[in-house]
Amino acid sequence: MQVFRYSQARTVDGAVENVARSGGAFIAGGTTLVDLMKLNVLQPTSVVDINGLPLDRIETLPGGGLRIGALVRNSDLAWNDTVRQQYAVLSEALLSGASPQLRNMATTGGNLLQKTRCYYFRDTNYACNKRQPGSGCAALDGFNRIHAVLGGSEHCVATHPSDMAVAMMALEATVHTQGPKGERAITLDDFYLVPGSTPDRENVLVPGELITHVTLPALPSGTRSVYLKLRDRQQYEFALASSAIVVNVNGGSIQRARIAFGGVGTKPWRSREAEKALEGQPASPETFRRAADAAMASAKPLKYNAFKIELAKRALIRNLEQTTQAA
Amino acid sequence: MSTSGNSIIGAPIQRIEGSLKVTGAARYAVDHPMDNIAFGVPVASTVGNARIARIDTSIAQRMPGVLTIIHHGNTDQLFRPAGQLEQSSRAGEVRPPFEDDKVYYYGQYVAVVVANTFEQAQDAAAKVKVQYETQPNVVEIADAPPPQGPPRIHYARGNADPAFESAPVKIDETYVLPPETHNPMEMHATIAKWEGEKVILYESSQGVVNHQHVLSEMLGIPVDQVQVLSPFCGSGFGGKLFPWPHSLVAAMAAKRVNRPVKFVVPRALMFTAVGHRPLTQQRMRIGATQDGKLLSIHHDVFQPTSMVDTYVEAATGVTTMLYSCENLTANQTLVPMNIGTPTPMRGPGIVPGLFPLESAMDELAIKLNLDPLELRLKNYAEQDESFSPVRPFSSKHLRECYQIGAEKFGWSKRTPQVGSMKSGDEILGWGMATATWHASRGSATVRVRLNADGTARATCATQDIGTGTYTIFAQVVSEKTGIPIDKIEVVLGDSSLPDGPTSGGSTVTATILPAVSAATNGAIDRVIAAAQTMPSSPFKRAGAGGDPPKLIMTAGRIHVADQPPESGIPFQEVLAQHRLAALEMESRTAPDPTTSRQFSGHSFGAQFIEVAWDPGIARMRVSRALTVIDAGKIINHRTGRNQILGAVVMGIGMALFEETIYDKRNAKPLNNNFADYIVSTNADIPDLDCIFVEYPDLHLNEYGARGIGEIGLAGIASAVTMAVYHATGVRVRKLPVRIEDLIAGQQMTA
Repeated sequence: MQVFRYSQARTVDGAVENVARSGGAFIAGGTTLVDLMKLNVLQPTSVVDINGLPLDRIETLPGGGLRIGALVRNSDLAWNDTVRQQYAVLSEALLSGASPQLRNMATTGGNLLQKTRCYYFRDTNYACNKRQPGSGCAALDGFNRIHAVLGGSEHCVATHPSDMAVAMMALEATVHTQGPKGERAITLDDFYLVPGSTPDRENVLVPGELITHVTLPALPSGTRSVYLKLRDRQQYEFALASSAIVVNVNGGSIQRARIAFGGVGTKPWRSREAEKALEGQPASPETFRRAADAAMASAKPLKYNAFKIELAKRALIRNLEQTTQAA
Repeated sequence: MSTSGNSIIGAPIQRIEGSLKVTGAARYAVDHPMDNIAFGVPVASTVGNARIARIDTSIAQRMPGVLTIIHHGNTDQLFRPAGQLEQSSRAGEVRPPFEDDKVYYYGQYVAVVVANTFEQAQDAAAKVKVQYETQPNVVEIADAPPPQGPPRIHYARGNADPAFESAPVKIDETYVLPPETHNPMEMHATIAKWEGEKVILYESSQGVVNHQHVLSEMLGIPVDQVQVLSPFCGSGFGGKLFPWPHSLVAAMAAKRVNRPVKFVVPRALMFTAVGHRPLTQQRMRIGATQDGKLLSIHHDVFQPTSMVDTYVEAATGVTTMLYSCENLTANQTLVPMNIGTPTPMRGPGIVPGLFPLESAMDELAIKLNLDPLELRLKNYAEQDESFSPVRPFSSKHLRECYQIGAEKFGWSKRTPQVGSMKSGDEILGWGMATATWHASRGSATVRVRLNADGTARATCATQDIGTGTYTIFAQVVSEKTGIPIDKIEVVLGDSSLPDGPTSGGSTVTATILPAVSAATNGAIDRVIAAAQTMPSSPFKRAGAGGDPPKLIMTAGRIHVADQPPESGIPFQEVLAQHRLAALEMESRTAPDPTTSRQFSGHSFGAQFIEVAWDPGIARMRVSRALTVIDAGKIINHRTGRNQILGAVVMGIGMALFEETIYDKRNAKPLNNNFADYIVSTNADIPDLDCIFVEYPDLHLNEYGARGIGEIGLAGIASAVTMAVYHATGVRVRKLPVRIEDLIAGQQMTA
């Protein structure tokens, strides 16, 4: 870890101004930032603590939907009654992530910006285009069992590690920010970037721009949602493949489906292909299999991770089986 | 046997140091407060095979708080350990740190920065620039030059080659166990403090006496000028048996800066510089008759060692004794590689050796359409055939372990067809395996002191690594004297105390029991002698034949043997009458060499595993684990059970999760942290059960107790892979069982 300046922000405006000016980093729970600072992977010269900002509330929006402050802790969000009742997929995703201690620290905004667990990103002795643009990618011919099969490029195949963001992707969340040029709202799908030739740019935030809150739209009545995370062990491990689904079934037919995957993509992976294969179709094993195949049609396996394609399909199929059964 | 029949031996007594641990008052290696302490942070190699061309410390040297930077160019002289030339002298790595400009493995210390604070040292360490002239790494057996010369271990009886050739049924498979890393919670760490010519080392050690000897040899100072303290150890699993380079680095640094120096091995370097269980590649050939009698076994092992040490993972030993088989050949070959030196890890030799043996037995049972348990009974070894002439076992009740385990587990309900057992939507798989561990003891010296305030104190330079050693000392003293457990102080983990054993090989319990017993009895005898000679002795009345009456100590009181304790007096009154502070006794006990040559001493067990397989999502979980152990008398059922169940947890991790993955390009263990090196979590562990079949092994010691630190791990991995096969039809011969193996197996059979 290198020496850095530390300050506490009293207002959102002040925090934004400070980071825009200093080129520093916001710190909330610190579960990613401090970890990577210890490894010298991130070396901000200035760290602005935003924990004192009034961004820690969960509020029901008039007309339905939920507004989640950027500083709401993962554990508070997971155990929130409204979230558990109306957005079960989000609660389940949060509780499948990390450990209780980490969830007590980690925040909603920070979780969206969580960095990859790629071994090579986390070690400054390796080539990594995400950490050091133009240096190469050690994962391509390295041990890439945990890497992405969707959204990768010849420059980067690192997975996005968040579970929460996968659920939010299926919930069609919107990210609200305040930056040097004012406030804006960005759909979560547009918020994340695939690596392409600039894997160092993981999202559309500009320097100093702060996530203030996330909103979830109201869901049609009768919506069911679920998260399934598959991995080597049962706790405290990132997904090898995970599936978040939000569906409505009527008379044995799938009216509406929102499908997202974790552990397999370079960003939390919304699959419109799968949604298309499901909507208007009977809730049958054939439909589920077609949707799973559609979701992974463009998947590109690396040397060690081909099994993730099959695993992701199975996670989706299991979720569909469970949520479309007559209650 | 113990004469009193006092139930404290065997009772589930809580750890006597437990409250210190749960309140945080127990001081582990780096918890010891120290004035004016400095901090050492290593610079470790980032390549696996190189010569150091240049170390540039110019920037780091000038950074705030930096006291010194030591590397091969400016090191003080260190020496190699005497090893087998001396008693109690085994280093984890024989090469002293900074010996020359060579790098033999990734994560080798190439320099240490010593500074006023940890942060300053770490900051400066990141600024030390090292230039390497690199050579190609070897981290896989396939990339190493073919081994030359005879095998490191060779064993043969009968004539295995023709027996295998002509056998009607054959199994010939190769099994691979990956490198595993110990990863105790408490990292290796040292505080070194010099007092004049003497160095005091606060360590996390499984052997303070061996550590003292090795440091004396490698620092080049007399053994009485080294004191090693390890009152508590946050587990070792074998990794802390022998000193590793950081201890020497701390000692050298402390001398140079003339201040105490604290050095904690970072978690990432726990994967390189402090040992690991090496990979083993093991070919197993078994020849058998149609009805399942073993005709021959060939067991051939290839195993990596480091470039600087010769570490042998003695995996073939167990094959030579577990089953009755006339023709047997075993060979072990070492392959030097660019890895840190391997070291014993819980169940060394036997745990990796049992996996191919028990897996091959299961494959044979399937081929013969025999129940795997029946196959084992058909080849039951009544005697230890590895010796010539064969030796009887000192105490073997394996048949009873099988029987009790099978009954309790419900083994007779097993249907052998793959995937034939179901529970709801899940498929169940059942597997079983034999467990064993050799029973042995060494020598130990123990001092027991009976104090005038009614308390007792037992001391020995062994240590408690979390297993319950403190408590069994107190149990024996309490049993002999009747002094309550909470009035008995036990002091361990200090090399200045009477010589005690290293905590390894499941030998401490069997080793120290006779010594504690002898010292306690000796101290009691002294108090009795004092009772007979004290001025107002109530015991002067002549007994039968005019001799003084025979006195004994019970419930803390000295009394006439054939009268109740209440008739006597508290022992502290005896001491008070003599105006003595205490009476004590030091006793040294050693195994009887004749007995150990007459008998083969082994513990045995049977382990039964159920897995639950969810084929839809390729999820494999262990859903039941039952272990039945024949390890002689269990001295403490609470800590004993804890040892077995803890080992089962480790075994489940070994079967399903654990593997240190090296990057071929730079020899780095890639998953060198607790997030990426997967071990069992609570959520992975079902209810576990353990049953002890208690037949005291009186050839070993007066209580008949054998050690139980390792045996609980022995059969788990093979029982799990058998259960996995039973559930899925996929035979995993390369651990750990991975999701991709199971999916590939499903796709093949689909």
